[in-house]
Amino acid sequence: MKKGKKTEHTRLIAGFIGLVCFLLMLTACGDGGEAASDQAEAQMHPSETGEEVNIDESEQIPVGILHSLSGTMAMSETSVYEAEMLAIKEINEAGGVLGKELVPIVEDGASEPNIFSERAAKLLQQDEVDVIFGGWTSASRKAMLPVVEDNNGLLFYPVQYEGMEASPNIFYAGAAPNQQIVPAVDWLLENEGTEFFLLGSDYVFPRVANQIIKAQLEENGAALVDEQYTPLGHTDYNTVISRIRESEPEVIFNTLNGDSNVAFFKQLADAGITSDDVTVLSVSVAEEEIRGIGADVLAGHYASWNYYQTTDTPENEEFVAKYKEAYGDDRVTGDPIEAGYFMVHLWAQAVEAAGTTEVDAVREAAAIEFNAPGGPVVIDSDNQHVYKTVRIGEVGEDGQFTEVWNSDEPVKPDPFLEEYDWASDISGTLAGE
Amino acid sequence: MKSVVANYMISRKWLLLALVILLILLPFVLSDFRVNLLGRYLAFAILVIGLDLLWGYMGVLSLGHGIFFGLGAYIMGIHLKMEASSGGLPDFMMWSGMTELPWFWTVLQHPVIAILAGIIVPMIIAVILGFFTFRNRIQDVYFTILTQALVMVTVTLLISRQDVTGGTNGLTGFSTIFGFSLSDPATQRVIYYVTLGCLVIILLICSRLINSLFGKALIAIRDGENRLRFSGYDTSMFKVLVFTISAGIAGLAGMLFVMQVGIISPTQIGIIPSIEMILWVAIGGRGTLIGPVIGAILTNSAKTFFSESYPDIWLYFLGAVFVIVVIFLPGGLMSLGKKLKRRNSNEKGQTNSKADYSAS
Repeated sequence: MKKGKKTEHTRLIAGFIGLVCFLLMLTACGDGGEAASDQAEAQMHPSETGEEVNIDESEQIPVGILHSLSGTMAMSETSVYEAEMLAIKEINEAGGVLGKELVPIVEDGASEPNIFSERAAKLLQQDEVDVIFGGWTSASRKAMLPVVEDNNGLLFYPVQYEGMEASPNIFYAGAAPNQQIVPAVDWLLENEGTEFFLLGSDYVFPRVANQIIKAQLEENGAALVDEQYTPLGHTDYNTVISRIRESEPEVIFNTLNGDSNVAFFKQLADAGITSDDVTVLSVSVAEEEIRGIGADVLAGHYASWNYYQTTDTPENEEFVAKYKEAYGDDRVTGDPIEAGYFMVHLWAQAVEAAGTTEVDAVREAAAIEFNAPGGPVVIDSDNQHVYKTVRIGEVGEDGQFTEVWNSDEPVKPDPFLEEYDWASDISGTLAGE
Repeated sequence: MKSVVANYMISRKWLLLALVILLILLPFVLSDFRVNLLGRYLAFAILVIGLDLLWGYMGVLSLGHGIFFGLGAYIMGIHLKMEASSGGLPDFMMWSGMTELPWFWTVLQHPVIAILAGIIVPMIIAVILGFFTFRNRIQDVYFTILTQALVMVTVTLLISRQDVTGGTNGLTGFSTIFGFSLSDPATQRVIYYVTLGCLVIILLICSRLINSLFGKALIAIRDGENRLRFSGYDTSMFKVLVFTISAGIAGLAGMLFVMQVGIISPTQIGIIPSIEMILWVAIGGRGTLIGPVIGAILTNSAKTFFSESYPDIWLYFLGAVFVIVVIFLPGGLMSLGKKLKRRNSNEKGQTNSKADYSAS
């Protein structure tokens, strides 16, 4: 009997310890902790700020940063996160916004849409930030969209995407289809050939992009020889390559994402197909990816973006120098990195113009021009996308792009492709809303 | 020995009571956001009860419960999406060139049908799967591998049928549930208590099951299936039944999860989440029912806590915790008390761990 009591006793104690730990953990999450790390420290080690920042509202403005710092997207998103931190540092060094210091609160989206949605809610509700800079994949943006709308927050999204969206709570700093895909197809038709092979990863961006391209090809009387999708992360392209051999396209329009690009381009080169045989134009291969794939197998192929590290503007010279100084000489910049950098500046200027960080006022004041590294950018107040210059670049042996064509002036964003009659089938129903 | 078992049960009852009271009171001290997070963890806690029946008591390891969780979640997701688009085509179908709603979307428009389907559809799938695998005596690691493969199949299917499932983006952008706004904190609180209610009910039902003859049969299957079969029991039907029950529970958990998260996508039901579910059971202590519940809640709280505090390196902390638990507490958190007791007592070799598992 005595023994039995003892069991009960220890059981209860064990249970209690568990519960106490649990409570402690929740409260630790709950009240944001009290260790007010000193501000310089917070700036030096932004990644450690997490919850432990106490915001002094009279002198500081919290801003949310939400990228995948772990998982498959971490490789791409970490650079954008770093560019945003660089912009915040610059702004703070120049005296902050409205005389207040920006304090970044960093969260990890872990490459999972539901984590993005959860972390976005945490930033807006718990940390009470007015703005979040973040996201990369369409899935992460779609996951954050209802959260920012419900909590009336602002999201600045740095990556080119498939369009067909214009939320009043999102500013789209990446290219809409008419600022990347449509001009690229026009350029290809004029210079490279009319027989297209469409290759993409199986998710929403390539699917929608290819629908747009198909409509555009039909309009121009060009031919679609084949259309192939592979799962995200797919690495065996032998079947696709033999289809390429069979169908003999003049142009491959490549919307593969992530690791798949490495496999595809290496195997294409191994199969003896070079840029002389067929032109590949990619929309998700930037300088960072070239480092991973290898410049030798990519040389001679093309990409369509709004910015390259080689873009010749005084702002870019300064930006590249600063970025390399901050993160290492071997680092390269690229389109989403530049977008991440300038969108923080755009927001800061809009706040200065509005005189407050309050969301509705900032939205009103957001039609602002900024000299970004890739040329002047302006927010279009109709759809909250950005006017951007379109640039087509050829990959050189050194892994850098040589610009072969640009649109001369910033192109008005048209996420629903309303200006193009041939796209009415795709966008008609949505744009009519 | 009998009194030990009795006391052990009593203490577990107290633990359950303390846990439930704590969970009832927590929303009064936590912010809306934290309550919402806790509600998600409770949905996971419901799921692991079913898994514990299957693995902890019957010894069948399924790495495929993401499928059933996902089915429930997708069914509820479809219903919520229909509510949000008020009967029209959801946005992603328009880009994918669909002009008409697929039949199952139309059917799930009705809330009662959706709720029933969220539990019954996973059960039907489980019956079919279980029937063909267990009948053919596919066992142990072969069964586990099969479930893992099925997860891959399901995820690939969901992604490739973007036109009806939303592809990698999944389903999101819900606005109301049965007419109540999902973004309203009051609605979320009601959902929290509904989840808690479901958790308690499922926990009570399952502990009843375990303490009945049926439960003894499950443990017997785990510890000596052939003996039971030779005694004239049809063990494969037991397996099918338990597999089906756990699938239904997973479906329910999935439905409750999606109401609180507002998004369901293939990454949440894939291979890694399916393995994570097993981890929660192991960390809590398998074969104890209440252990996995605590395991699910604690592990997820820890995940959130580490990720918020150290966004760069949180995964290492989480990994360290898993390793420590597995090395020092192979029986999970529920064996903590036993460990302490053993350290204090001078007597040796009274019970082995297997007997302890079944002592509930």
